[in-house]
Amino acid sequence: MAKELFMGGVHPEDQKQFTSSLAIEKMPLPEKVVIPMQQHIGAPCELLADVEKIEKGAEIRTGQKLGDNKGFVSAPVHSSISGTVVDIGQHSHPLGVKINAVTIESDGMDQWDDNIKPNPDLDKLSPEDIRKIVREAGIVGLGGATFPAHVKLSPPEDKPIDLVIINGSECEPYLTADHRVMLEKTEEIVFGLKAMIKALGADRGIIGIEDNKPDAIKVMEDAVAGEQNIQVISLHTKYPQGAEKMLIYATTGRVVPAEGALPLEVGVVNHNVGTAVAITQAIRQGKPLVERTLTVTGSGIKEPKNLQVRIGTLVSDVIEYCGGMSESTVKLVVGGPMMGLAQPTPDIPVIKGTSGILALTDEDVHLVESSPCIRCAKCVDSCPVQLLPTTIAQVTEFGDYKKAEQLNALDCFECGCCSYVCPSKIPLTQWIRIAKAEIMNRKKQNK
Amino acid sequence: MFEISEKLVVSSSPHIRSSDSVQSIMFDVMVALFPAALMAVLLFGYRALLIMVLSVTAAIVVEAIWLRKRDNFLGDGSAAVTGLLLALTLPPTIPWWTAVVGSVSAIIIGKQVFGGIGYNIFNPALVGRAILVVSWGGYMAGDVWALPQPFAFTADVSAVTGATVLAAPQEALAHSLPEIFIGNIGGSLGETSALALLIGGIWLIYRGHIDFRIPGGFIGTVFVLGTIFGGGFYENYLLTGLFHVLAGGVMIGAIFMATDMVTTPVTPQGRIIFGIGCGLITMLIRLWGTYPEGVSFAILLMNAVTPIIDNFTTPRQFGGEVRKSA
Repeated sequence: MAKELFMGGVHPEDQKQFTSSLAIEKMPLPEKVVIPMQQHIGAPCELLADVEKIEKGAEIRTGQKLGDNKGFVSAPVHSSISGTVVDIGQHSHPLGVKINAVTIESDGMDQWDDNIKPNPDLDKLSPEDIRKIVREAGIVGLGGATFPAHVKLSPPEDKPIDLVIINGSECEPYLTADHRVMLEKTEEIVFGLKAMIKALGADRGIIGIEDNKPDAIKVMEDAVAGEQNIQVISLHTKYPQGAEKMLIYATTGRVVPAEGALPLEVGVVNHNVGTAVAITQAIRQGKPLVERTLTVTGSGIKEPKNLQVRIGTLVSDVIEYCGGMSESTVKLVVGGPMMGLAQPTPDIPVIKGTSGILALTDEDVHLVESSPCIRCAKCVDSCPVQLLPTTIAQVTEFGDYKKAEQLNALDCFECGCCSYVCPSKIPLTQWIRIAKAEIMNRKKQNK
Repeated sequence: MFEISEKLVVSSSPHIRSSDSVQSIMFDVMVALFPAALMAVLLFGYRALLIMVLSVTAAIVVEAIWLRKRDNFLGDGSAAVTGLLLALTLPPTIPWWTAVVGSVSAIIIGKQVFGGIGYNIFNPALVGRAILVVSWGGYMAGDVWALPQPFAFTADVSAVTGATVLAAPQEALAHSLPEIFIGNIGGSLGETSALALLIGGIWLIYRGHIDFRIPGGFIGTVFVLGTIFGGGFYENYLLTGLFHVLAGGVMIGAIFMATDMVTTPVTPQGRIIFGIGCGLITMLIRLWGTYPEGVSFAILLMNAVTPIIDNFTTPRQFGGEVRKSA
């Protein structure tokens, strides 16, 4: 059953054929991992130097907690291998900044921390227990947004949640990791969804999948056949279907209010399929988030793969495992091609939010100069939030941030559709980012 | 070990782009104009071809000279589109040099003085046409128009003349609606065949370059006003409305001129207002003005108010309504 269609959006070539039929492969343990203290939205972790004696030379076990923060919007980080701490210090990070990180050299044994034990059955866990397990496991939104999962499972009392939506749309071109997770870890997704429904006191769950993945829809439908309150919804393929507000609208017709409101305003909590699997493993095995599935692809990658990788593995090691990066690579992107971040170097770790590693060549990216706007309004028609990208870009170019704010620049979630469709190749999304940053700056100064 | 990283481009997402370019859009518009151009040659003979070739060539040459110091002085194809559009709005009897003057004016006064493509306020082809109308009105809007002489490749077209269907009701009644639809009537080169223009319009909608809102609003308004105020002289009221849609420049105006990207609103609501405004002014001129036809001035007037329309029709963002009612 296909539901509502959100406004705007684009249909880029999906380029998923390189990896969509490849089973998830477990990458062998890396020789070293770099675990940054911040891999989530919220307060960065503090190194557990005193309590756990995390210092240079310390012996570490897999799953051992390395850093934490008492703040509510935060998520602890764990070691993803066993071995010795060889360095603690600033390391380049996919966000383009240097962040405090622990470098661990593997002993090749993968000895797990003794504290990691299975939890009781889901029936015996209270919502509070589930939230605690999720928090302690350091689980964040694995779709890429990296919002701490336990926060989303703790809605304020005056905002009851009736519905949990699992995002299996994977609307970004090239990426197939979620697709493979749905095919191969079907049961764990359903279990994770049930745990979330329980933690939130919700009535039912929806799993939304784009109709370009009929096999995943079939498998998931079979898996929830006996469940009264879980429904799989097939969605017309269109980018950015996976954006929270678009997905909620597409599956339920509910409109999340603009201006920074959260899905909980309309009684919904959204989680990615990967997050559901991580929650399942945290409950069943007591396993913290130390590995994730990602897609390594693009015309610059010799052997594209869907890989299960330990968090902290260097992107350069991952690429090497996939046969290396071709000489013609012009862009290295972490994430998808529409919203991912271009990297100056592969010497960065895979973090919790790394959904893909793309080596893009000239074939994939068209690096061309921009020309004047011809007001074709393709950006306006493609904007899922119904903004006027070209107008916002224009007023931003003239420094009129007040006007940019009136044009609701802050409601832009940077999906990239406007830049994608622009025939004049104007970096509209970038102009709007500039506007957003400046508007926020001014708001802070006025406070 | 990764020396290659020196070559990595770091830029803001998205990292992929659609294959559309200004050039590819202009190419699609040329393709869309082909049926109308072909009909012009079939109906009005070699003179039509001559006028089109002169107008297009003049536009390309003058733009290349104007932009000679730029890297891409050969341009994006927009000059060719302007030249062809202008030619299609000219009567077949026009002296050849008038087409050149019109085309040069369209490019320079209509576009380049404003800063080139993207910055012009008025539809360049219509600016060129307006200049010809006020300078050589006799050639442009005289009582005497060439009647079509299908396949007239040798004859002097101007020998067989008559009034256009809009100028004289008796001329209109001499033609059946199917005849007017196919375009076998007097008029400007490319405006007479609604059929050919529709084919082009369908192509442009299929390619996603025009939005039905503008032609829909334009044609719909002309039909409604033509039906109510047209006096029903053409058999009955409804057919009179249809006559107003098919005769004269409404089809070429609605499909190709009022949809010019640069000079029309970008907001969805603004596009409807623009289309309705064009239809309204066209019918005001036709029914109560001194000119028999008003399409080009209607569009030019609406071009002038495009920034205001855009300003007042900023769409409410997704989720905006809920917030306001709360």
